[in-house]
Amino acid sequence: MVLTNEFITQKLTEKFGETITNIEEPYGLLTFEVPKEMNLKVMQFLHDEQDLQFRFLTDLCGVHYPDQTGRELAVVYHLHNMPENVRVRMKVFTSIQQPDVFTATKLYESANWQERETYDFYGINFVGHPNLKRILNVDEMDYFPMRKEYPLEDQTRIDKDDEMFGRGGSI
Amino acid sequence: MSELIQQEQHHVKLPEGSIGKQTTTLNLGPTHPATHGVFQNILEVDGERIVSAEQTVGYIHRAFEKIAERRPLYQITPLTDRLNYCSAPINNMGWHLTCEKLLGVKTPKRVDYLRVIIMELSRISDHLICNSIVGVDTGAFTGFLYVMQYRELIYEIYEEICGSRLTTNIGRIGGFERDFSNAAFEKIERFLKEYPVVLKEFENLFQRNRIFMERTMGTGGISAERALNYGFTGPNLRATGVDYDVRVTAPYSSYEDFEFEIPVGTTGDNYDRWLVRNQEMWQSLRIIEQAYRKIQEFKGEEATIYHADVPEYYLPKKEDVYTKMEALIWHFKIIMGEIDMPKGEVYHSVEGGNGEVGYYLISDGGRAPFRLHFRRPCFIYYQAYSEITQGAMLSDAIITLSSLNLIAGEMDA
Repeated sequence: MVLTNEFITQKLTEKFGETITNIEEPYGLLTFEVPKEMNLKVMQFLHDEQDLQFRFLTDLCGVHYPDQTGRELAVVYHLHNMPENVRVRMKVFTSIQQPDVFTATKLYESANWQERETYDFYGINFVGHPNLKRILNVDEMDYFPMRKEYPLEDQTRIDKDDEMFGRGGSI
Repeated sequence: MSELIQQEQHHVKLPEGSIGKQTTTLNLGPTHPATHGVFQNILEVDGERIVSAEQTVGYIHRAFEKIAERRPLYQITPLTDRLNYCSAPINNMGWHLTCEKLLGVKTPKRVDYLRVIIMELSRISDHLICNSIVGVDTGAFTGFLYVMQYRELIYEIYEEICGSRLTTNIGRIGGFERDFSNAAFEKIERFLKEYPVVLKEFENLFQRNRIFMERTMGTGGISAERALNYGFTGPNLRATGVDYDVRVTAPYSSYEDFEFEIPVGTTGDNYDRWLVRNQEMWQSLRIIEQAYRKIQEFKGEEATIYHADVPEYYLPKKEDVYTKMEALIWHFKIIMGEIDMPKGEVYHSVEGGNGEVGYYLISDGGRAPFRLHFRRPCFIYYQAYSEITQGAMLSDAIITLSSLNLIAGEMDA
């Protein structure tokens, strides 16, 4: 049997019904959204179900959408069924006030550092993570730098005295 | 014997306020010469046996993902150079392929084959470094110095094509900035002629070398199941026996036109990883030979194509920029990043030197990505280090560190 996007969608809606939303296929990759309290259940189903067997977590990362009130932060999982060579993308949205998402470390060891990275940059609190602390930034940092409210420096600014790099000062 | 020592230890009177700690804490790195990169391991050792290891990464974090959110597409290519700097062209090509997927650009066959040559050359240079460094860590320095000569030749080929050596910034969306020169083809030919002899000699130095085998066999091993769970990809996964290779499962850049094998190991230990990399170099040579022959077969007009016809994203010719108004405008727009991307979400991956290098790009229709995430293979599989070195000798853990092919630039992004 061929594992097509339609088949996966059918399997998921059979099991979880209306909770699977925003089913899309951008560039052929099946993408769907799951309520944040359901992420582990759906992942476990994708992992264990005889016909699905998504046993490889390719990628896990965060995204910040500042304009979506109540669902500002997203966690994006890319799962892979290696024998059938099919990928799916699963998204979980959470509010920025209470960014709690269940950890995937029990299913995939590889989620450990990727979740730490996501926490480090977006402040998403992975509930149940064995060692949730900063990984790439310094421990003393008190903000989450990849959030959109921290823009990169405006390269045309002139108020900064930075003569060594050809800006400000005597120019 | 050890019981005797323990008995003896009980008679030693510890000074007042001592903690009865049985193990030693040892800092390996961040600037230890044996780590070949900036990462730290805090080891708990019992004698020479490792009880536990805790890795610290992030010493050279440069916020590439954040920077990329303000950069137009072409200004992101130099960022990808600095991920895995041992095989920068693969990262560059991966990034261009991601952009092409988003923009819907189709590349001509000749471009694909030229890209394949570059990617396979960089795979060879990547594996060459890794395998010879494993040699250095087991006490065989000769091989390392010997093969450097051929890495130099590979770098000269890059130089002929893009002008730089390590951080290459090679290629453009849709192809290359210029056609390969005759000098480049001559050097590729020279490489194809001379390198197999050297690789054979290099192989002879190690493959059946008693000392090398005893140092590497059975150390740093991991089972296929654990490796998959830890997100291993690339040679490290194949050494455990899983034949997963992005070039085959999701062919990009016309890899489906080539005949090659995917070498796999069985035990996933340091020796198997070395063998897999070594075999992959032979396979890469095969691919380069085929690609080179295919390129020679193009005749007439076709034999001069080196980029796709995408004027919106590909810089116009320099003489046109100097003489024609439209070309000048397009040149300016592309350089200043005034070109909007279509809205969309793309994940594209290529087989990098040490695993699946993935690019997850979200575009909101602006000039820069809304979000760009790099899947960096060694960041993901370095997590397994504490598990695979548990109970190992300290000196074996050093070999494991280098045989995993950890690149600090890629890990820390």
